[in-house]
Order: sequence, then structure tokens, then C-alpha cells
Amino acid sequence: MKVLDIKRIVKGGFLNFVRNGFVSLSSVLVMTITLSVVTLIIFSQAVLSFSLSQLKEKVDVTVFFNVGASETEILGLKSQLEELPEVANVEYISSEQALENFRKRHETDYLTLQALEELDSNPLGATLNIEAIEASEYEQIANFLDSGDILESNQKLIIDKVNYSQNKLVIDRLISITEGAKRLGLGITIVLVLMSVIITFNTLRLNIYIAREEIGVMRVVGAENHYIRGPFLVEGMIYGLVSAFITMLMFYPISLWLGANMTDFFGINLNTYYFANFFQLFVITAVFGTLLGIVSSFLATRAYLKK
Amino acid sequence: MIRFENITKIYSNAKEASVEDVSFEIKEGEFVSIVGHSGAGKTTIVKLLLGEEKPTSGSIFFEEIEVNELRPSKLTKLRRRIGTVFQDFRLLPNKTAYENIAFAMESAGKTDEKIESDVPHVLDLVDLGSKAFHFPHQLSGGEKQRLSIARAIINNPEVVVADEPTGNLDPVNTYEVVHILKKINSLGTTVILTTHNKGVVDAIHKRVITLEDGKVVRDDEKGKYII
Repeated sequence: MKVLDIKRIVKGGFLNFVRNGFVSLSSVLVMTITLSVVTLIIFSQAVLSFSLSQLKEKVDVTVFFNVGASETEILGLKSQLEELPEVANVEYISSEQALENFRKRHETDYLTLQALEELDSNPLGATLNIEAIEASEYEQIANFLDSGDILESNQKLIIDKVNYSQNKLVIDRLISITEGAKRLGLGITIVLVLMSVIITFNTLRLNIYIAREEIGVMRVVGAENHYIRGPFLVEGMIYGLVSAFITMLMFYPISLWLGANMTDFFGINLNTYYFANFFQLFVITAVFGTLLGIVSSFLATRAYLKK
Repeated sequence: MIRFENITKIYSNAKEASVEDVSFEIKEGEFVSIVGHSGAGKTTIVKLLLGEEKPTSGSIFFEEIEVNELRPSKLTKLRRRIGTVFQDFRLLPNKTAYENIAFAMESAGKTDEKIESDVPHVLDLVDLGSKAFHFPHQLSGGEKQRLSIARAIINNPEVVVADEPTGNLDPVNTYEVVHILKKINSLGTTVILTTHNKGVVDAIHKRVITLEDGKVVRDDEKGKYII
């Protein structure tokens, strides 16, 4: 294809877009809905993954040590744990620190503090908080703590309890919810995107059906297929770009409202998210819209160019 | 120049043939009127010549090219050698008069300079110079047909095919269209005109091929409309 042809095709596409007024408007509206669905899905994925990571951070395995367990032994176990590939972080809280934390937590509870004063020694043991990289790996860490390696040394004796088995139910539940939500999210995403893609495709097909006689005239005049089809593809591309632009514009007030009113509920400020990811969001919607416009127009014109 | 050899065309959903065993030859520079009642097969002959339809049997030749055997890309090149005018004008509704003609030139790969110099000239020729930037819906029937003639001749085709060009026009515009077609022919272009307008045929005084129920019943040099 010559440069001159490309120039004429692009110009033709722009002219069609402007002159087709109502048809262009309806196509842009339909495509804007499709791109809004895509953007909403991106937003909900952001909320979902943020909430999940927040939840995961709150889950850990805590090892409670007997009162009087030596710090050297505890730190030895800590470094052993840190070597495990599943472990993201191990936090050591000494018995003094635990007492301090306890006091802070019960600042206003004089009765409890008084009871604490009555005691001669610190009743709280040291603890190790272990965070895993993935929620599913807590079991392996718990197994390690029960394993022979630790039993052989006398480290096992200093462990009072490991709260994993107590939390196991919650952790398992969380893992299954996480995975369920991911699967459901993917399913809903596929269905919604597919539905809106089909609607957009049919709208563009209808536009080209309206122009079928025009295509016939172009053929009779002696225009080659690429020269007839080109402007329709350019038009489809313009629908995608304009719709992406409108979608981004529309989501500004939406994210502003969500940011102001729903941040506590979602745990993430969607307005901040919108601005932080503005460029990526625009690229995703623009590329998706443009491709959808071009592919739909290509397939729709094919029927009238076959003969 | 153009040869129809034993052409029969039966449309897929029809029981009877639209044209049956039709043979004729048209020489370069001729003005041929193909006449007959509605449904006699005139438009089918035009579609076959343009390669819009393929014959059920027989062969169509444009010079040495067998039209019914052409691949789509070659067909496109053939169509550039034939200018077409239709009863329903077949203009591009979203393009101005100027752009409609320019499109035919662009399709043939003409340069912008050539388009800019030729289009105003041909618009003047059909007396539409002042309406270059009107859209088809802003033109009268006669003006639309003159525009479609201008588009048909812009690429200097060897043949102009006019399929019932006066069907939707009043007598004054009919006369004008016929006058333009005769002028085109006098400049050396072969003209094929299909019509059921007796007055038009009789006024031209050129060769007439008469069709009836898809068959050629008469072929007269300097003929008249006789059915």
C-alpha cells in the first residue's frame, strides 16, 4: 500500500466519523460502556488484591515461649526459621517487650494493671511472629516447628504453644475465599467482557450493514478491497480512542466520589489509585477499544467484500 | 471489443433463466441501446459485463479478457476501464459531488494534483461547477444523474455502461442525459445504454438490441424501439 493510499484512507475514516454523526455517536456510546466495564473490572481487581494483601499481612503464626526461655535459644530458632524459603519475615518480641505491649493495650484498664502489679515476676513469655510469603505456606512452617529437627534440640522444650492449629481454620478459610474470589472474579470478568464485546461488535456490524450499498458502489467504481475497507477500520479505531478518552473522563468523578466515600470500606482510595495508574488505565482502555473497533470492522466488512 | 457468447444466467433462487443463450458483439466506438420491458434481462447483462454476477453458462469477453474467469483483484482493474451510470445513481451519500468524483480517481491511483485539476473540469462539463460541495441529498434527480455520468467518465474509460439512466428523470433531464451520452460517444468512447424508454431509443438512431424474456429477438443497426 502506498503512502498516498494510507493518507487518503485515514482522511476518509475521519470524514466518515464526523459525517456519520448519529451512527458514530451510538457506536462511541456502546463502546464506552464496554470500556467502562473493563475499567470497573480493573478497579475491583485493585480493591480485591489490596484487601487480600491486607488480610494476608494480618495472618501469621505466633510461637509462644515458656517464661524464662533463654533469649539465645529463641534467637537461634529465629535464624533457623528465617532460612526457610517460605518465610517472609520473623519478628522477635522479648518478654519485656510483651509486658510493655500488654501495659499499653490495657492503659485504661486499671483492674488488670493492678493485678499485674501484684505479681512478682513477668508472667509473659517471649514470642516469635512468623509471616509467610503465601498464605498457603503456613502449614509447612507449622510442620517445621513440630518436626524432629527441633525436637532433637531442646528448643522444643522452650516452646509453650504455636497458635497455628488454633488459627488454622481461619487461615484455611481465608485461602479458600481468596482463591474462590479470584476464580469468580475471572469468571465474571470473562462473561462481562465477552457480552460487551459482542454488543459492540454487533453495533459496528450494523453500521457497516447500513453502508453495504456504499461498499457496492465503491467496488463498481473500481476501488480495491483494502481501499474500501481502510476507512472503516480507521473509523473503528477512532471509536476506540474517543471511547477510551470518554471512559477516563467519566471515571474521574466516579473515582473522586469513591475515594471520598468508600475508602474505609474498600481499604484503598480509588481516586489516588486512578491518578497513580492514569497512564496505564488509558493505555489499556485505548488499546482494547482500538483493537475491538478494528477487528469488528474488519470482520464486518469481510462479508461485503468477498464476492 | 465486447463479446457475449451463448450467455445463460439463472439466479440461484429462480426457476427460469434471466437471460438465455444471449450472444452479441459490440465494436469499439459503437453506441448500443439494449431495450426491452422490465424483467427482460437488461440489468442482468450489465451485471454480467461488470463481473458483479457470473453466468451460469457461456463466456463474456472484454477484448481478450474472459470476464467470468477473472479473480477479484483483476476484476477491480477491469472495472476501472468501464464507467457505469445507474438508474438509482449510486452516489456515495457521505461524500460531496467533488469527493464522489475524486473517489473514483483515488481508487484508480491518480495523484492529488491530477484530481485537483480534472474534477472541477468534469463538473463544469456536466454543469455542476457551482454545486461541487453539495452532498447528493442536496441535488435534484437530474443533477445526481449528471454527477454519476461525470464520475463514470472521469478516468477516461473505454466503455460507458448506462443502466436505465433516465428511469427516474423528467423529459428535460432525460434529454440532457442522452445528449451527454451521445457527446461522450462522439469523442470515441463506446456507450452501452439499457432503457425501456421508446422516445430515447428512437431519438438516438443507433444500434438497438431488443431483449424479450431473456432472449435477443432483434439486433438492428440504426434501429428503433419495436416490441
